[in-house]
Amino acid sequence: MTTEFQEYRDRLKCSFGQLEDVFDDCIKDALRNISKQGVDDYISGASMVCMIGRGFEPVLAYLEEMPEISQRLGEDMLKTVSQAVWDMSRTPNGVSIPPFMQCLPEASRRLSSSEQMKRFIGIIFEMMHATTGSIHGHHTTFPSPGLPDLLNQVPYLLSQLSLDGLKNWIDYGVRNYNDHPERQKDYFTIQSADSKAMLQRERHGTLYMDHERQLDLYMRSMWELHEYLVPYSMGFDELRKPQPYYDNFGMRIPDVFDERNGVSGIDRYRIVLAHMAGHKRWSEKQIADNLSPFQRIAVELLEDSRIEALTLREYPGLKKYLLALHPVPVEGSCDNEHESCVRHRLAMLSRAILDENHGYKNPLILDCVEKFHAAIKDGESSTKDMLSIAITFTAKTRKQTDQLPKIRFENTEVDYRDDNRHLWVFIEENDEAEDIQAKPQNADMDEPEGLPPRHYQEWDYSTNSYKPDWVTLYESLHPPGNAADIDKILEKHSALANYLKRILDLLKPQHYVRQRYQEEGSELDLDVAIRSLIDFKSGSQPDPRINMSHKHDGRDFAVMLLMDLSASLNDVPDGCTQSILELSREATTLLGWSIEQLGDKFAIAGFHSDTRHNVRYHHLKGFSEHWDDEVKARLAAIEPGYSTRMGAAVRHASHYLQGQTAEKKLLLILTDGEPADIDVSDDKLLIEDTRKAVEELSAKGIYTHCISLDKKADDYIEDIFGSGGYTVIDNVEKLPEKLPLLFAALTS
Amino acid sequence: MSDQDIEQYKITEEPFYEAQSDEVALYEAAYKARLPVMIKGPTGCGKSRFIEHMAYKLGKPLITVACNEDMTASDLVGRYLLDANGTRWLDGPLTTAARMGAICYLDEIVEARQDTTVVIHPLTDHRRTLPLDKKGELIEAHADFQLVISYNPGYQSMMKDLKQSTKQRFTGLDFDYPDTKVEASIVAKEAGIDEEIAAKLVKIAHTARHLKGHGLDEGISTRLLVYAATLMNNGIEPKRACAMALVTPITDDKDIRDTLLHSIDSIFA
Repeated sequence: MTTEFQEYRDRLKCSFGQLEDVFDDCIKDALRNISKQGVDDYISGASMVCMIGRGFEPVLAYLEEMPEISQRLGEDMLKTVSQAVWDMSRTPNGVSIPPFMQCLPEASRRLSSSEQMKRFIGIIFEMMHATTGSIHGHHTTFPSPGLPDLLNQVPYLLSQLSLDGLKNWIDYGVRNYNDHPERQKDYFTIQSADSKAMLQRERHGTLYMDHERQLDLYMRSMWELHEYLVPYSMGFDELRKPQPYYDNFGMRIPDVFDERNGVSGIDRYRIVLAHMAGHKRWSEKQIADNLSPFQRIAVELLEDSRIEALTLREYPGLKKYLLALHPVPVEGSCDNEHESCVRHRLAMLSRAILDENHGYKNPLILDCVEKFHAAIKDGESSTKDMLSIAITFTAKTRKQTDQLPKIRFENTEVDYRDDNRHLWVFIEENDEAEDIQAKPQNADMDEPEGLPPRHYQEWDYSTNSYKPDWVTLYESLHPPGNAADIDKILEKHSALANYLKRILDLLKPQHYVRQRYQEEGSELDLDVAIRSLIDFKSGSQPDPRINMSHKHDGRDFAVMLLMDLSASLNDVPDGCTQSILELSREATTLLGWSIEQLGDKFAIAGFHSDTRHNVRYHHLKGFSEHWDDEVKARLAAIEPGYSTRMGAAVRHASHYLQGQTAEKKLLLILTDGEPADIDVSDDKLLIEDTRKAVEELSAKGIYTHCISLDKKADDYIEDIFGSGGYTVIDNVEKLPEKLPLLFAALTS
Repeated sequence: MSDQDIEQYKITEEPFYEAQSDEVALYEAAYKARLPVMIKGPTGCGKSRFIEHMAYKLGKPLITVACNEDMTASDLVGRYLLDANGTRWLDGPLTTAARMGAICYLDEIVEARQDTTVVIHPLTDHRRTLPLDKKGELIEAHADFQLVISYNPGYQSMMKDLKQSTKQRFTGLDFDYPDTKVEASIVAKEAGIDEEIAAKLVKIAHTARHLKGHGLDEGISTRLLVYAATLMNNGIEPKRACAMALVTPITDDKDIRDTLLHSIDSIFA
């Protein structure tokens, strides 16, 4: 060690042997990059990191990385980081210190200010405190299971997310997996499905899923195309960046676009689609077999340029976007001796065609540009013309070094162009493809039973956000039982049925509504007529609308009854002889019978759930079915079981109601308790989710009414359905009578 | 009797109209036989302008009634008005036209209630009479009288349709937005703007018309194109003029608005 650094070494209180080898270099770096005061902080910070007793590794990381970080973000970082390491060492999370130190340089590159960096460290610490905990009965605290994984993922996460997005993503994981260490690890290593889904949603940039309709409108309005758009993920394929392409199954586009060179994400989407739409409109397939790979890429490039030129002829306003997105290869920047300049040359050609102020001097390129413009001057030209220009160009510019494996890619990628797979027909390969297709397909592949599962989001009140595709719902036709049972119920309640019939007659759409203030009508409206006469006698202009007429008041309802079939329906309430299930069945029978009399559109479904992965939705009666034996048989067979995850069932039921054309749509929910499921420990979560689902329905113009048989329902039911949106029936035995009357009251 | 001045309904200056196909000849033939005519077509495609043009060409007065939901039969036929000495009969526009021999044009007839529209029935068949039951008078239609109605079939509403019995009394002309070249020249002449800009405006209109049924009830009409061109003539920058005349009025849907604004941006470089 040289003496000039000895002073610093003496002040650094750390006795690891390895330190002597690296200290000189580190301090040299530090003296070069930071101020005198900064070096003092640097030394004391390193001493602090050394004192935590986590070995040499953190100290080395601190010494090596901090000069660079503090130069980038400010010297207050020196203290912040050493303090953070110190704080972390005071918790059981010592094992996370090395990964913490390792993620800092990358984080400092991504986060441009010391405020941002402090916030980032704050977020990490919040996560650490939230996930470090003690288990009841154990006398130790356990380190955070997910923290080391999270820290390892930081470089990737920061490349995808803003700090806010990162915080949301971490919070989600902490909230949902805090009591499950293994799943927490899966989440923070971005292994689990919802981890990926959350990450996707918090991405920065313009997400495809938020703009699907806009892009569809764009294609329809400006290109008269209705293409199936399929997004592919940009997030998880680091090695190979996929390119847009289209085939018979649709146009594949990235799931997210960030703003680039002042072109917004949505405009980049539009440019990509415009380019593919242009190909669809103007390109013809060419036979690939006669051309060498070099010739092919030249043809593709010129064809792309032709498509652009024609697109710009149609929509000249797009030029500013193309100019901003197209790379600008610098003439002469590619070394012809040592690397392959094919791509570079072609990119220059493409730029020169697009941008008249290209300033390139290469005569071969200028010549080709001239030929291109001449070909396209009058009319659309054709892919064939491009092919011949391209072949000439390749022949003239070909160099021995083009074959070199080292290809210059820099400034040659035009990311809004597709991969042109649609341009070629391969005669040779096609034969083989036919051979493959000739193999008999496995015809008797098992058809999956029932409908495919549907996924519904669920509302999380603690974050005010939806958990995407959280609940899986399976819909099936309820197996039938004995229809005669239902007829027996009707017989049993024949007195009630007669009573209902009288009420229903009143409801039938035969009564009239008086329309007053008509200039012409069927009768004179005496009140108004007298008033008019008085006006007239007193000399002022009388109101001529003195008649009234009558109008049919038509009923136009679509009603859906959603029955809770959870296990608690087996209970026999105090003072009753029948279980809640039997009473519900009787009530539904009477309601179904009544509504059939009225002729309103009516459907019945039942639901129960066994965790979020299995919500069962039983179809009992469809809107188009009549109240016949099939429906009765299904209703006779209903059986209770499992729990009540109401939100997903409500959302699914609303999907059916939405398909109905009716003036008024009503969803009746018959339940005996609050929404709950065995995989949810927080009572409020499913209540809030159901409330949100009801809100969603009311936004779609569907009125929801809940009939609760839970005597304690007052605690929560108003929160879910709002005042007036529910009825609590305390005397469960009266349910068969009350339900049809309630329906009558709601719809009259 | 009507004491109204027939001259006020005469059209004195030739309204500009560019024929799309043979509609002028068809109309003239229908008029010769005094057959009632119905004109269907989207908003702002030139239905009313066509009638004005034909009225001018035939030298007949034109009485236009814009129909609306609150219109009653007496708004068409006429009513007794009260005045200081008792009551006085006032002819409605339909009666006036039948007496004076004008072309009566009921614009957007589906807007009127169906029970109102039946009063035109006796005028539209061989009888060519109009009974005024309140007054106890039966009017024989003037030899020059003709009834023309227009409506927009694009509303797609069950409530807004004509009764079959009404429909079957008319001969029909189907209008649509003119084809690209004709429409551009119409916009150019009507607004006095050069053909190139007019062609661009028409292109924007086409992008919007593709969206009909996908969130737009109606595409951008020729009339709106003329408005946009007029705004430009008054010194408004093209993109602003288009946004004001072509986008804001027709939609509140943000996705559609953004799409249309983008198409304006790409067409007016």
